[in-house]
Amino acid sequence: MALLQISEPGLSAAPHQHRLAVGIDLGTTNSLVATVRNGISVALNDTDGRTLLPSVVRYLADGEVQVGSSAQAMQNEDPINTIISAKRFMGRGLCDIGDTVGVPYRFVDAPGMVQLRTVAGVKSPVEVSAEILKVLRARAEESLGGELVGAVITVPAYFDDAQRQATKDAAKLAGLNVLRLLNEPTAAAIAYGLDNASEGVYAVYDLGGGTFDISILKLSKGVFEVLATNGNSALGGDDFDQRIYCWLLEKNNLSALNPQDTRLLLTRARASKEALTLHTESTITSILSNGETINSKLTQQDFHDMSKNLVANTLQPVRRALRDAGLKVEDIKGVVMVGGSTRMPQVQHAVAEFFKQTPLTNLDPDKVVALGAAIQANVLAGNRSADDWLLLDVIPLSLGIETMGGLTEKIIPRNSTIPTARAQEFTTFKDGQTAMSIHVVQGERELVSDCRSLAKFDLRGIPPMVAGAARIRITFQVDADGLLSVSARELGSGVEAHITVKPSYGLTDAEITRMLQDSNQHAQDDMMARALREQQVDAEQLIEAVENALTQDGGELLSAAELARIHASIEGLQAVLRTTDHLAIKRAISGLNDATATFAQARMDKSVSHALGGRKITDLEGI
Amino acid sequence: MQSVDLNLQQNFFQLFGFHEQFRLETVPLDEQYHSLQSQVHPDKFAHLSEAEKRLSMQLATRVNEAYQTLRNPVRRARYLLSLHGVDTQEETNTSMPMSFLMEQMEWREAVEEAQQAADVDQLEKLEARLQKEVSHLHKLLEVKIDDEHSYPAAAEAVRKLKFMEKLAEEISSAFDMIDD
Repeated sequence: MALLQISEPGLSAAPHQHRLAVGIDLGTTNSLVATVRNGISVALNDTDGRTLLPSVVRYLADGEVQVGSSAQAMQNEDPINTIISAKRFMGRGLCDIGDTVGVPYRFVDAPGMVQLRTVAGVKSPVEVSAEILKVLRARAEESLGGELVGAVITVPAYFDDAQRQATKDAAKLAGLNVLRLLNEPTAAAIAYGLDNASEGVYAVYDLGGGTFDISILKLSKGVFEVLATNGNSALGGDDFDQRIYCWLLEKNNLSALNPQDTRLLLTRARASKEALTLHTESTITSILSNGETINSKLTQQDFHDMSKNLVANTLQPVRRALRDAGLKVEDIKGVVMVGGSTRMPQVQHAVAEFFKQTPLTNLDPDKVVALGAAIQANVLAGNRSADDWLLLDVIPLSLGIETMGGLTEKIIPRNSTIPTARAQEFTTFKDGQTAMSIHVVQGERELVSDCRSLAKFDLRGIPPMVAGAARIRITFQVDADGLLSVSARELGSGVEAHITVKPSYGLTDAEITRMLQDSNQHAQDDMMARALREQQVDAEQLIEAVENALTQDGGELLSAAELARIHASIEGLQAVLRTTDHLAIKRAISGLNDATATFAQARMDKSVSHALGGRKITDLEGI
Repeated sequence: MQSVDLNLQQNFFQLFGFHEQFRLETVPLDEQYHSLQSQVHPDKFAHLSEAEKRLSMQLATRVNEAYQTLRNPVRRARYLLSLHGVDTQEETNTSMPMSFLMEQMEWREAVEEAQQAADVDQLEKLEARLQKEVSHLHKLLEVKIDDEHSYPAAAEAVRKLKFMEKLAEEISSAFDMIDD
C-alpha cells in the first residue's frame, strides 16, 4: 500500500501551489479584502459587486447578526443594536473613550475593554470586529475557491499594544491565521511605491474614519524603511461628522436626543460632509421622532471653519514625525494621501500648504491599504513574487516600566525599527526585598499615570540581599507585529519571570477560546441532545419488545438462569435510561441485546420450525 | 551583495563585515543593513516553522541593534571603546572641565528662555549651533580613536556628547511643548 506523504512542518506539500492569502483593511467606517492574483493585487467584491463592506454590525434578538449594508440600512431604526465604528473602542476602557454623549450605545464598563449591551447580549468590540472579519473571510474563500493560509490585517500605525492585541484577537475569533499586523500607512506605501517604482523620502498622510496616522518612509531599491510615525488613534472622519452634528443641535436648539434621532442626525451630518466635498453648500433635512422638522443649510466655508482645529490637530503629529526622522519639509519628495477623509478639500489644502506641494491623490484612498496588505500577505504566505522587496517598520510609542515615584523609565524608544529588543538592569529598593513588581507602560510622558498601562507582573524568589545589591535584568522584545513580551531575571540567582503582554487590556487566551467554542458549542450541544434522545427511544423500544417476548415464550424456551440474566439486563438498562449519559445507555442496550441473543435465536427457531413443520433453522442452510 | 555567515556571537562590526574603526560611511552601512535584513527579516520566514521564525526574529533583532549602534556616532564610539576594554563612565565620572559645565548651564537657560517665549526660530538656531559642536566632537573622535588610539581622551569626548544628547532632547521637547 502506498503511504500517504506528509510534508515537513511549514513546508508546502506542493511547492508550486499558490497559497491563498489575503490582505484585510479593517476600517472604522468600511472594511475590505484584497488578494494577489496573477501577480496583481486586486480587491475582492461581494456577490453584488461591492468592494467596500460598511463596518457596521447589527445584533438581532433571535441571535441573527447582520453585517454591512443590511446592518447600515437599519442604523437609524435600531441604533442601540447597530454597532458602528467599533474600531474606536478596540482595546479601550470607557474612560479612554471620553465623550459618549454623541454615540447612541449602551456602554458597559468592563475591566480592560469597554463592552456594548445589545439585544443579543453584551458584546466586546473584539466580537463586533470578528463579525466583520468573518464576512470578509467568507467572501475571500468563496471568491478564491479554497481555504486561506492566512491574512495580513492592517492597523493604524499609532495603535498601541492593547489595540493591536485586540485586533489580533478579533482575527483569531474570526478563524483567521494572522500572518502579520501591518501598519496602514506602510501598507499604502507598499502599494503606491511598487506601483510607481518610487525612490526617495515620502510622507503618508492617512486620515480614516476614526484614526489619523502620519508615516515618513524612505524608499530605496525595493526597501521600504519607516523612519518615523506619529498620529492620533482617536481622530478621524467621525469627528468631522460630530462637528456638524453639534452645529445642528445648536442651530435648532435641540438637546438630549433619543438614540434614534442621534443616529439619524449623525447619518445626515455625514452625508452633508460628503456633499461638501464637491458642492459649496448642502441642505440637511430630516424629521425627528417627535415630528419636529430639521432644515438647515450648511456652507462649505462654515464647515471648513468649524473643522479647522481638527485639521490643525493632524499637523502637530506631522511636525513631530518629521522632527523624529530628522528631516525638513523640503526633504519630502511626495505626500501620499490615504483614507476616505482625505477627500475633504480643506484637508487637501492644509496638507498641500504644509508640505509646499500638491499631495498625490492618484490612487483610491479607500482601497490602497488593503491592496498593500495583500501584497505583503502574498510574500508572507511563501508565494514567489516578482519584486523582491523588504519592509522595515517601527513601533509608534515608547515602551518602558514604572520606577520609584511613579516615573516612567523608557526601555525601547518610539520609532525603533522592529523586531527589537532591549535589556536594562534594575535593583531592589529595600533590604531583604524578595519580590519585585514590574509594571509595563507605553507612551511618551514622564508620569506613569499619563501613559497606558499594558501589564503588571511579579518577579518572586529574589534571594534576600541589601538594598541595591540585586541585579535584575528586564528584557523587552518587540516582534515584527509590534507586540511586546517582557522577561525579568535576577542575574545572581537566575530567578526568572516572563510575560507576553496582555492581561490589563485585551482578552485572555481563555476568553478567546470560550468565544470560539461558544458558536461551535451550540451546534455540539444540539448533536449531543439528539444522540441522547435517540438512544432513549431505542432503549424503550427494546425493553418493550423483550418483555413481550418473555410473556409469550419466556417460560417455554428459557432456563431459570437465562431468565434471571435477562431480567437483570433489563433492570440495568432501566437504571440508566433517564440519565443524560447516552454512552451508558448505549452500553446497556448492547448488554441487553447480548443477554437475549440465545433467546432470540430460540424464538426464531421456534417460529420458523413452526412455519416449516418441525425443522430447525440450521437445517435450512445450504438449501 | 556578499552573503554573510550570521551568528549571534559576532560583534557588530564583524556582523556587518566592517573594520573596527570609528570612521564609517553611511552609504555602505545602509546598504549592508538592507542586505542583512533581506536575509534574516521575519517576513522572509513567516511561512516556515516556529523554530525558524524564532531564529529569524533573534537575528533580525541583532541586526537592528547593530545598525542602531553603528549608525549613531556616540553609540558607535562607546561600543568601540568597550571592545578596547575602555568604560566611558558616563554615569560615574563627573569630573568635567568647569568651562564645559558653565557652557552647559548657559545652553539650558537659552533653551528654557526660547521655550517660554515660544520662539521657534531661536530654538532652531540653538539646534543648528548644537549640531555644529556635535560634529566637531565627532571629528575629534575620529582622530582620538582611529589615528591616535587615545582611548581615555575619546571617552571624555563621549561623556561630553552625552551632555549634548540631553540638550538635543531638551530642545526637541521644547518644540513639542510649544506645539501643544
